[in-house]
Amino acid sequence: MLTKRIIPCLDVHQGRVVKGVNFLNLQDAGDPTVLADFYDKEGADELVFLDITASSDGRDIMIDVVKNVSENVFIPFTVGGGVRSIKDIRGLLQAGADKVSLNTSVILEPKLISQASRMFGSQCIVVAIDYKKITDFKESTEDNEIGIDLDSKWEVYTHGGRNRTGIDALKWAERVADLGCGELLLTSMDMDGKQQGYDVEYISSVNEKVNVPLIASGGAGKLDHLYTVFEQGNADAALVASIFHFGKYKISDAKEFLRLRGISIRV
Amino acid sequence: MDQLKVAIVDYEAGNLRSVQKAIEACGSIAKITTDVEDINSCDGIILPGQGASDSAMSKLNELGLSETIKKQINKGKPFLGICLGLQLLFDSSEEGDLPGLGLIQGRIKKFSKDSKVPHIGWNQVSFNKNHPFIEEIPNQSNFYFAHSYFSEIERKKQQLATTDYGIEFCSAVAIDNLVAVQFHPEKSGILGLGLYKNFLNMIIHG
Repeated sequence: MLTKRIIPCLDVHQGRVVKGVNFLNLQDAGDPTVLADFYDKEGADELVFLDITASSDGRDIMIDVVKNVSENVFIPFTVGGGVRSIKDIRGLLQAGADKVSLNTSVILEPKLISQASRMFGSQCIVVAIDYKKITDFKESTEDNEIGIDLDSKWEVYTHGGRNRTGIDALKWAERVADLGCGELLLTSMDMDGKQQGYDVEYISSVNEKVNVPLIASGGAGKLDHLYTVFEQGNADAALVASIFHFGKYKISDAKEFLRLRGISIRV
Repeated sequence: MDQLKVAIVDYEAGNLRSVQKAIEACGSIAKITTDVEDINSCDGIILPGQGASDSAMSKLNELGLSETIKKQINKGKPFLGICLGLQLLFDSSEEGDLPGLGLIQGRIKKFSKDSKVPHIGWNQVSFNKNHPFIEEIPNQSNFYFAHSYFSEIERKKQQLATTDYGIEFCSAVAIDNLVAVQFHPEKSGILGLGLYKNFLNMIIHG
């Protein structure tokens, strides 16, 4: 039986892991390869590197990061952040990334998804959706097939939750799955960083509409949150950051917790 | 003894580097190549894979590698197929129109809509028989999969392992010197590297 995946997410800026990774026993917790190796040994099922460097020279640095990681780490990893073109995707895959995550670029140009999945195979094309719950309805400027309407519950955002797009996040998930992406990475900007649990309602709603694996992201604060998003949200994988980065829990703790509750997990 | 030389067949299909690194981590040399001579002179062949079957087959045919690979396998050279590199060994595929290498009787089919497609993640591999390739690998270990098509093998005796994903499919094949896996050993941690070590041992022990 296919197991549920636990995926630590590492933010990389100018080739260094940033944002609160704090392990006493690591000599250099800013080195992506050191951290990747650490999480591999801890039992992570996969890794995500999010490049938060905005500049174009940062691109080349990220390629070097990917090369180094792939030389030393033998579990799958995804690279996202600022991936804009077929050329970007090819560069990252050739450097050793297993999957590439697309976000803002495909909102502007959805056909990049179908092109990329035809060219490289859908299994390596992840589409990331950042969204928020709609609290005030605003007429959408988007085409009415995916634009928000009075029935919409969630809206797609860009730029770390600052910019609204007028796109219904549930319809968008269906659209990108139809275009041929191999996985969806769903980040609730409402829950992200709050450690109050994943957005189970959205994840399970997407699960009813699409037939690709779902990675839930945003909100993990305790181990029970992982259980809930797998059991009730039907997520296939859970992205985790701070609860593991700060050493509050170990991945092996999480896996044992889930296994004892009947979740199929790789131990 | 000289270091073993393994040829990784390059047909522009994604992550060859990880395969090369896995071989190097096991202490051997791996060359990524499209050259018929390299494939003729190496100690073992790896056919990795990702992408679409038709573009892979047409590339192999165009480079004259299809015949070379078949000849070398029939001569007894150890061969490892990975993911699409397993699927290309079969007669035909629902994914494309070009015939496969035809070394294994059977057909490649698409997963039904009852399961999420692609099949991505770590899944259990159950061995059906003994083979040096799986020596010291515990039965029902998890390996990393990433694929939308699966193989339906005709001669069950050739099947080395099965995996359950809505249906029970053939996740590994072993026919004498030929082994092939649907999952990615180079992405399956320590146990995956164990399979590479075993493949290298198959080369040493013939």
